[in-house]
Order: sequence, then structure tokens, then C-alpha cells
Amino acid sequence: MKDKHLIELIDVSKLYGGDVALSHVDLYIKDGEFLTLLGPSGCGKTTMLRLIAGFIMPDEGRIEMDGVDIANTPPYLRRVNTVFQKYALFPHLNVADNIAFGLKLKNVDKETIKQKVDAMLELVNLKGYGSRYVEQLSGGQQQRVAIARALVNEPQVLLLDEPLGALDLKLRKEMQVELKNMQQRLGITFIYVTHDQEEALTMSDTIVVLKDGVIQQIGTPTDIYNEPKNPFVADFIGESNIIPGIMLQDYKVRMNGVVYDCVDKGFGKNTEVDVVVRPEDIDIVPAEGARVFGKAVSVVFMGVHYEVDVDCGGYEWVIQTTDFVERGQVVGISIPPDAIHIMKKTQQTNLFDAVAYPEDGEIELLDHRFACNGLESFETKDDVLVAIAPVDVQLIPPEESGLTGVVRACMFLGTHYEVTIGCGEEDWIAYSPEYMESGEEIGISVAADKIAVSANEAN
Amino acid sequence: MKQTKSIKEKLAKGMRIRRSVFAYPYVLWMAVFILAPMLLILYYAFTNDGGITVENIVQAASWDNLKVLIDSVRFALYTTILCLLLGYPVAYLLSQMKKTSAALLSVFFIVPMWMNFLLRTYAWKVLLSAFTKILYTESAVLLGMVYNFLPFMILPIYTTLIKLDKSYIEAAADLGANPAKTFLKVVFPLSMPGIISGVTMVFIPSTTTFAISQLLGGGKTMLYGDLIYMKFITEQSWSTGSALSIILLAFVLISMTFMKKAERTTSDEGGGRLW
Repeated sequence: MKDKHLIELIDVSKLYGGDVALSHVDLYIKDGEFLTLLGPSGCGKTTMLRLIAGFIMPDEGRIEMDGVDIANTPPYLRRVNTVFQKYALFPHLNVADNIAFGLKLKNVDKETIKQKVDAMLELVNLKGYGSRYVEQLSGGQQQRVAIARALVNEPQVLLLDEPLGALDLKLRKEMQVELKNMQQRLGITFIYVTHDQEEALTMSDTIVVLKDGVIQQIGTPTDIYNEPKNPFVADFIGESNIIPGIMLQDYKVRMNGVVYDCVDKGFGKNTEVDVVVRPEDIDIVPAEGARVFGKAVSVVFMGVHYEVDVDCGGYEWVIQTTDFVERGQVVGISIPPDAIHIMKKTQQTNLFDAVAYPEDGEIELLDHRFACNGLESFETKDDVLVAIAPVDVQLIPPEESGLTGVVRACMFLGTHYEVTIGCGEEDWIAYSPEYMESGEEIGISVAADKIAVSANEAN
Repeated sequence: MKQTKSIKEKLAKGMRIRRSVFAYPYVLWMAVFILAPMLLILYYAFTNDGGITVENIVQAASWDNLKVLIDSVRFALYTTILCLLLGYPVAYLLSQMKKTSAALLSVFFIVPMWMNFLLRTYAWKVLLSAFTKILYTESAVLLGMVYNFLPFMILPIYTTLIKLDKSYIEAAADLGANPAKTFLKVVFPLSMPGIISGVTMVFIPSTTTFAISQLLGGGKTMLYGDLIYMKFITEQSWSTGSALSIILLAFVLISMTFMKKAERTTSDEGGGRLW
């Protein structure tokens, strides 16, 4: 792998009908690397790929290839080729003509085309399939034709949009290995989009984790797995225990009332942090003499290992172990220092624009009036900025509240769930002791003394 | 357990029978208004004073009558070609537009279809005599036919184009095709099923058309439909009329077979068949 930056995205933003698909993204892609864009649906990964392919143009920012801005270059002039999610093979052409499509456009002579197509068919293990039509091929074969059709043009970059999504598990695993081999043999840069974290970990040199159009973390698979930067990455990449803790000093962290040794430092003293512990890194030890112990409340056989939930009073640890544990048994747990990964606490506050009505002691926020203290210094109808801590957002039945929203996401943070609630254009972050289904309607209420009001300096 | 299952099965069986009941009115309609007239035509075409004969067919297949058929086919071909040349670009433009503006524009093509075609043709007669000198010429007949049949060309092509997976177009661009090449190598070949539907829907009815030629051709242009009309209505010669109809039917069936063949050789991916 050379260290040259082949493609660079500089402060790129893209909106779709007012919704942010990508927000101020900066990313460089090195020549010859296998880079994976990973994230849940709607995170912006496909948008990013389509921007690089040229099917869409960014609203802001530059996309550079070899130092030249190509943000407004049409796709047919770019030296990139795409393997589409549903392959998009031309149904009116046979396999050979599909592969030859790009070469014919470049007026390559017939003999060369034939040679190159044959070589490609051999590369993707489809020798002798040239005269078949696309509909006569299986999903896996179509997949290979799609790859051959793109690669025959010898692109500098191959873009792959969830190319294995339609294949069954076994075929997918085989193709993962094959794609990786192909990429290494040809030395072409691959940009690969997937929502499958395992696929990303297996194949990539670099993984870019995206959420809501924002890059969460860029790193090697090992980095991303072992040192997730925030609870979202930890949760998305593999199973994990995410638990709030307090960093007492360097190398000492307190979780669920117990002080553990760890290998992290530099967070300061008595700092609130989030801690990630992978289930396979926790050891089950005899309860006698163990510092931490609890009851195994669930034991599930997973094939290679058992997944055991151990309730240690206040926190339920998920543990993967090859040792059998009886359900209901009291076991001790031990967490080695290097299994503890400390993350900076992501402080989230709800910030909204609102209008002040001091005479009523209220603010108007999202077309709803909230009683509020501390409005004395404002005039009627002043624009104000309000801040509400997630912990102060009370979730109540929708019929009891004037302001209702819909649950968009719910993530377990060790002791509570972090719930994202969509109310019209604004999202609220709240904490909930229970899991909430996405799509559930919920009412929102905030006590008058929990709303912090300040002048809105933007206006 | 077993009993409840058999009851369920019986119920399901009962449902199946009951559902087909809804088709009975149409079956009756078909028998009275489609099957019976066909049988009558067959009867009149192959009988003479009560005896079975092929004499009517032989008479109807006279050179003079065949010349009218050839003329009708010629007109139908011109109409089809003109409709295709006018209709394809319109269908393509509509398919490229936003859904809302396309819906608005397609109203202009569809609203005239809500009016009876005779009414529309009468309107053309007035317009042509007031503003041009082409009334009662072949051009006027052709104009009337193209006007009446154009929507039947636009709609199937539009439907195929709108259903065309955008990823094919992106794939072509991705492989280096500029917009013109993308159209020639991908969009046009993939819209073939729509073109064939459109051609079928214009060519067949325009071969059998009548009245338009009488109204706009002033009797100078005689089409096969007019000939049949004349035999039945003016001359009251039901046997000859029926024989002519049989010949036309045979011709239509043969052309349909060709169209179906053409359709089978083009892929029906990317857009559905309508016909």
C-alpha cells in the first residue's frame, strides 16, 4: 500500500430535500487500500459512495482525486467503476457484452476486447459463460459478472455498494475472501459499503464508521474493535458491555461501585466516562473469593461458546465463555485490565430555539408552551436558546402531554437506555430505564426549573 | 382437531366457488355480445341461402377488395411510424420529468381520449376546412388517424420508461457512456417492449379503422373498415360484409403473431408488457 492520498473528501455535505445525508465529512483514501464505509441504514454511507462515483453532486465541499477537484465531473469521465447493490447488469446483453460494454465505448479493437473479456471471465471463475444471458445466472454468478464488468475497465478505484447483500451466508463468506484476494492481487483501491460489521472487520484495511451523516471513527479493524471512540461505535461493532464509569485517576476506573485496574490514562481525576468491555474478554471464575459475583440469569448456547448474562446487582454483564454455566448459578467475574476500554463521555444536551413569553412565565418550543423559570431578563417574543439535559426530559404517556414525538433509536448504556425522540424537525435525547420500540409514540415533559434559557446570539 | 380442519377446508372450497360467481355477469356479456356476433359473422360468411359455401370468401377476396386492404395497411403503417416518431420523444420527456409535472402534462394527452373519437374527428373536419386546404385528402385522413391513435403509442412507452430501473442508466454512465450513448445503448433497447406494445395498439386498430376516412377523406379514401361498413349498412349484403370481416380478422391474427414473436425476442426486463 502506498501512502499517496488517491481520493480526498474535504468538508463535504449533502442534503436530500432538507434532510442531512452527509454533514461536513473529511476523509482521505489511500492508493491501494481496502476502505469500508460502515454504518446502519440511513447513515450516509451509500451517499458518500455515490458522491465518489459521480451520480450525485455535493452541496458543499470538494472531492479530489489525485489533487484535482472532481465534485462536478460527470460519472462517465471519472476513473472509477461501481459494482451496484443489485448488480444492474444489462438484461438485453449477454455476459460477454455486459463485460465489454465499457471497452466498446472506448473504441477498443475487437480482438483486444475479446482477450480482455476472456481474461476477466477467467478471473471471476466464469469461463465459458460469455454467451449466457443475465437472467440465466444465479445471484452469485451475476455478482461476479458485475465485478468483471467494472474491473475490465482497469479503474483506479472500485466502488462496491453492499455487493454481497443479496447472497446467502455461505456464498457471502466465500465472496468476502475472494474479493479481498482479488483486491490484493490487482492492487486496486476498493471502497466498500456495508452495514455488516463482521464483513467490514474481515476485509478492510481501514473502516470508516458513520452515523447520521457524521463520521464516528476511522481506523483499522483492530483499532475500531478494541478502541471504539464512543458508545455508538462500540455497540455497532460487535457485542459489548457499555457501562458508565468514573475515572478515579490514571489506570483506575470505578464501574457499578467496584474499582478496576485499567490501562488507560489521561482522562483527569474523577471524570465521568463510558467503559466498553467485550463479552469475550470477561472471565468467569469461582464465586468464592471473587471480588465481583452475580447470578447467571440467562445461558444461551451459541455454537462455539455460551452467552451468559450475569446480574451483579445494578448491571447485567454479557459474557461469552466456552465453559458451561448452570442457569441460576452464582459465579464470579474477572475483567483483566487490558479488556477495559475507556471512552470520553459523550455529553449530550438538547439545544433548541424557542420564543420567550416572560409575562406568562413560559417559552414556546416546537409549537408547545413550557413553563419555565428565569425569563425575567427577556422581552415578550424574544428569541432564546434553551438547553435541557437528557436526564431532565421526562417521558410520559402521549395522551398526558401536549408535546409528543416518535422514538427513533434506543441504545442501552449499561444502566439506562438513551432514547432519541423525533418531534417534527427536532430530535430530543432522553434517558429511559426501559427499552423503547422504534416508532413508539411518547409524550415529553420538562420541569420548569430544568430548562436553562439564554439569549440567542445567532439573531 | 381433525374435524375443524375439514370444516375449514370445506369453507375454503366454498369460498373458491363463490368468488368465481363474480365473473358470471361478464361471461354472460361475452357470450351475448362477443361470441354470438362472431358466430353470426361465421354463419353469414360461409352460408348462402341456407347452404354452406366458400363463394362469399372467394368473392370478398377479389383484387379490388385486396387493394383496399393494402391501402388500409399502408395507412396503418404511416400512422404507426408517425405515432412512434412523435410519441417516443414525448414519452421519454415525460419519463424524465418530476412525477407531478409529468402527471399534469399527460393530462393533455389523456383528456382528449375522454371524448368520443367521432366528436374529435368532427372537430378536425371543422378546423381543417376553416384553416387549411387539406380537408378531403389523404393527408387529412392520416392527420386524423395519428391524432386519434397517438395516446396509445405514448402510454405504453411511457410506462416502460418509467419502470426502467435507474441503476441501468447509472451503470452505463459509470462505464463511460455519455448521455447520448446511454440512451442509444441502454434506454432505447430496454424500452423495446413498450414500443412493441405501442405499435400493436396503434397498428391493429388503425388497420381496421373506419369513419375517420369518411369524415376527413370525403369518401375519396376508402379503407377496409369503410368497405365492411358499406357492405353491411349501404348494400345490406351481410354475407359479403361477413366474409370481408373474416379476411380482416385473419390478417389481424397474423400480424399479432408477428408482434408477439418480436416481443418474445426482446427482453421484458426493465418494463412490463401492457398487451
